[in-house]
Amino acid sequence: MQEVTTEKKEFVPNIVAFCCNWCSYAGADLAGSSRLTYPANVKIIRVPCSCRVNPTFVLKAFQQGADGVILCGCHPGDCHYVTGNYYTRRRMSLLFSFLNYMGIEKERTRVEWVSAAEGAKFSAVMNDFVKTVTELGENKKLTDLRVKEGE
Amino acid sequence: MQRIGVFICWCGSNIAATVDVEKVAEIMKSEPGVVYSANYQYMCSENGQQLIKQAIKEHNLTGIVVGSCSPRMHEATFRKTAEEAGLNPYMVEIANIREHCSWIHKDMDEATEKAVILVRTAIAKVKLNAPLTAGESPVVKRALVIGGGIAGIQAALDIADAGFEVDIVEKNATIGGRMAQIDKTFPTLDCSACILTPKMVDCAQHEKIDILSYSEVEEVKGFVGNFNVKIRRKARYVDETKCTGCKICMEKCPSKKGLNTFNMGLNTRPAIHIPFAQAIPNVAVIDPEQCIKLKTGKCGICQKFCGVGAIDYEQKDTFVERQYGAIVVATGFKPIDLDNFNEYGYADNKDVITSLELERLMNAAGPTNGVLLRPSDGEHPKVITFIQCVGSRDTSGCGKPYCSKICCMYTAKHAMLIREKYPDTEVHVFYIDVRTPGKNYDEFFRRAVEQYGVDYIKGMVGKVYNENGKLMVQGSNLIDNEQVTIVSDLVVLAAAIEPEPSVRKVATLLTASIDTNNFLTESHAKLRPVESPTAGVYLAGVCQGPKDIPETVSQASACAAKVIGLLVKDKLKTNPCVATPDEMMCNGCSQCANVCAYGAITYVDKEFRLGGGKTEIRRVASVNPAVCQGCGACTVTCPSGAMDLKGFSSKQIMSEVEAICKK
Amino acid sequence: MKEVELKMLERAKALLERGEVARVIGWKKGDFCFDPTPASFESVDELKDFTYDWFCGANLSKYLIQMSKKDGKTAVFLKPCDTYSFNQLVKEHRIAREKVYVIAVECLGKLNIEAIKEKTDGIVESVSVVDKDVKVVTTSGEFTLYKPEVVLSKCAVCNKTHQVKDEEIIIHERPERDVNRFEEVEKLEAMTAEERFAFWKAQLSKCIRCNACRNVCPACSCIKCVFDNPQSGIAAKANDSDFEEQLFHIIRAFHVSGRCTDCGECSRVCPQNIPLHLLNRKFIKDIDNLYGEYQAGETSDGKTPLTSYSENDAEPTDVVNGEAK
Repeated sequence: MQEVTTEKKEFVPNIVAFCCNWCSYAGADLAGSSRLTYPANVKIIRVPCSCRVNPTFVLKAFQQGADGVILCGCHPGDCHYVTGNYYTRRRMSLLFSFLNYMGIEKERTRVEWVSAAEGAKFSAVMNDFVKTVTELGENKKLTDLRVKEGE
Repeated sequence: MQRIGVFICWCGSNIAATVDVEKVAEIMKSEPGVVYSANYQYMCSENGQQLIKQAIKEHNLTGIVVGSCSPRMHEATFRKTAEEAGLNPYMVEIANIREHCSWIHKDMDEATEKAVILVRTAIAKVKLNAPLTAGESPVVKRALVIGGGIAGIQAALDIADAGFEVDIVEKNATIGGRMAQIDKTFPTLDCSACILTPKMVDCAQHEKIDILSYSEVEEVKGFVGNFNVKIRRKARYVDETKCTGCKICMEKCPSKKGLNTFNMGLNTRPAIHIPFAQAIPNVAVIDPEQCIKLKTGKCGICQKFCGVGAIDYEQKDTFVERQYGAIVVATGFKPIDLDNFNEYGYADNKDVITSLELERLMNAAGPTNGVLLRPSDGEHPKVITFIQCVGSRDTSGCGKPYCSKICCMYTAKHAMLIREKYPDTEVHVFYIDVRTPGKNYDEFFRRAVEQYGVDYIKGMVGKVYNENGKLMVQGSNLIDNEQVTIVSDLVVLAAAIEPEPSVRKVATLLTASIDTNNFLTESHAKLRPVESPTAGVYLAGVCQGPKDIPETVSQASACAAKVIGLLVKDKLKTNPCVATPDEMMCNGCSQCANVCAYGAITYVDKEFRLGGGKTEIRRVASVNPAVCQGCGACTVTCPSGAMDLKGFSSKQIMSEVEAICKK
Repeated sequence: MKEVELKMLERAKALLERGEVARVIGWKKGDFCFDPTPASFESVDELKDFTYDWFCGANLSKYLIQMSKKDGKTAVFLKPCDTYSFNQLVKEHRIAREKVYVIAVECLGKLNIEAIKEKTDGIVESVSVVDKDVKVVTTSGEFTLYKPEVVLSKCAVCNKTHQVKDEEIIIHERPERDVNRFEEVEKLEAMTAEERFAFWKAQLSKCIRCNACRNVCPACSCIKCVFDNPQSGIAAKANDSDFEEQLFHIIRAFHVSGRCTDCGECSRVCPQNIPLHLLNRKFIKDIDNLYGEYQAGETSDGKTPLTSYSENDAEPTDVVNGEAK
């Protein structure tokens, strides 16, 4: 773990966004082709469906230093794979609630439904999420949950 | 050892203006595993692809990363390029540095830094890619068209003419759709029925077309080339094979007070009826809500008078299951409900009508036999006011944010026809903008103004109210900057159009994308405008977006061309990115099968060697790759991690996460 | 308990003698009066070491995964809480139901030797229970302890009843009790995020990754655990990150969510006394609140809350403190 330097630099959070191929990734593409900006610290990983996102991916992101993780999928009822996002919804509701129980701010995690036609929503969601996470500051908890005795 | 090649595209200035492409390519040269890195103006061009092919061969590349536009745009292109150079097409990854980077960021340093991370992430993934081979699946040479309006009719005729079987599923008792309700068509003023009904007859007589009227799609399974569709044939209480359409039942039916939906409820019809004279099939249907026999058990007059014994009060809904290679969605539209627009007094005044109601009032087969009489007292209206954009281009939340596209033209048509037929009638039109793009459209509109003297008033209407039997239309005239009140006899509202509500269910069944306005989403707005992102599903007509008849027919024919292109193939390549279980780790717990929407997972008992000559029989998951669609739901539900997804493996995604997060 | 033990022994003998079963899974006497261990008895002769006492807290259902693969039937004694794990394992096709003969036995709450040792001096020689009094004889003398204070933590809030009813039952059911098993979870929920984080950080930092929780857990019965599989991307390798070390318990809790019957074995066996059951119970509590009450293992068929859904499920953003806004 690196020590924070005394020089106060403006905090820029690192955000991982998992986007389903059919709706949200296309929505992000539309945001791009419509030139709707959002901060460059949002990086998208393409998955076939939001239900492909294993909680371990989310935990891995945090553990590796992500400050916020967002999952985007088709609106419930519109899943390209019929039911995938319904499972996502349950899994992530429980996971995020659980992380909150462990003391990790719930605001660092989010699920949003963004359709292929909602480029504007994609951009708005990302802007808002980045703002929220920036306010929370750096994620230290999940990179540092266990300390060995003596440390 | 992996030998990765990186190719950074400028996309002209689309990427290069915000991302320092040369710098990105240079940085990638020193990434572990990367043996070649280049940048080029247009990677997707002939020359760009040549560059990739050459590099693959010269540097013995085992995988490539193209930093370019969205994979949804050119992933297929670059996979093909790789394949032509002898590299497995699934050893290609795309870093989306255009839509997800250069187009949304303005700062060059920031965008370049992000592009570097995105390309690194793609490199991290491609290093773990494995060559995949697409399987093959057969194509059922039959198409389904959902919706029997002009879009569905045109698509069906074109597909059938190419020699393929087509079924039209229409939820109403007859095909024809909205176009059958329309009196005349712009900009030629053709009689709508005269150009539509011959096509309806063609459908009925075509040996390759089967019309399933009064039917709805109930269930869809399968995938492109092999859809299995369950269709509900609603009970019409009339044997379709016996009914001759003689209409004697309609004459004799004692329950005559049902609203005639074909005439937009402007007059009544018997409980047993044929929707309109040219209906196809020309077969009666009983409205069970209205039929005395079905409601009380007493009556049965129609059965008594039916000469061929076609009436069957016991008829029940039946189901047919059929296989299709391709599906065309042509579910059409309806005018919006005007509940949110009380200011126009639609609910309170009989003489405030919608444009579609006016169509029926002007139609020779309509409730007034084509004589324009107002609904309240049957008088000729002398002053008619049209109000445009009722619920269209409305961002207040009451209506629809989009332009309904057809209203400007049909209002000009109505105004012109009225002035032509009843020259003593005064016609006013309140409009926000008049939009007339299209061949001969503006000329048409100008005729309405210049030749027919229709009074166009730029401005919106605030209120319509009844004062002593006269309709007062209060609005603003923005050109003269004054408030005006027009004392009218009839007010016609150009209600916005919206997708027919049943499209939602259809979209869900087909897993076709739908937007916030319930219009089905096309695969690409410009390059794949008639294809749904769901393979094998095509879109025709207003279900995809507002459009007029010529556009609808063009789109339907385009759909047909796409469908024919699909059906002539004997086999299709399947998506090789499917779930795959590691049998050595599988517990056989059934959790994965529980979440599989496709029933692609079954269990088999397999013998495993335990060492020491011992064996053990274990229940393990088995995925049918032809059925699996590759969503990955099973991979997350599997507690042991035995289930993984090819092309999107846990390790691949984990390494992408790492590449992004590494500080 | 002696009476029950005799009945159990009698049944075990009869089943083995008649050849109805090939083996009986029960408990065998240990070196002390407080350390009986799970054992398989294959003959009447072996039954001489058979015991069933106040320290038989272990859940025997997990052994059936292997035992039901062997030739012949296996008889097993299951306490009320064990029957849930048994059903869950049958549901997941891990136990061949037809190869198991279940004998349900009464429990009345098992004792926690650590708690007894803490409250007494000397080496424990014998323990007997009369109602709520626990009489402990040690090398230093006699002690009378209040039972609710020295039962296993899982027994303190147990309200479970037998769920396997189609076979034999040697039991008089414990009367229903008014217990709230979520009390401890609620206490944590009421803390601030910082306090919760401090609590868990302190607890989980004690973990020595001995895997005892995983090994005893009936839901953690994977043929190969993800943490042992380098392909999963979770398992740590040399020179890799400490991802596995740090997130083991979170991932484990998620893996068993919807399947954990709250048998409490994880906490019972933890040598570091980490209250691991509070992780699983949070999931159980949230599932109950969000998707309707669900008790894993109540039946041996049907889907779990995480392999089913409702179209009207709460949105993740609307879930605050485990409840839908």
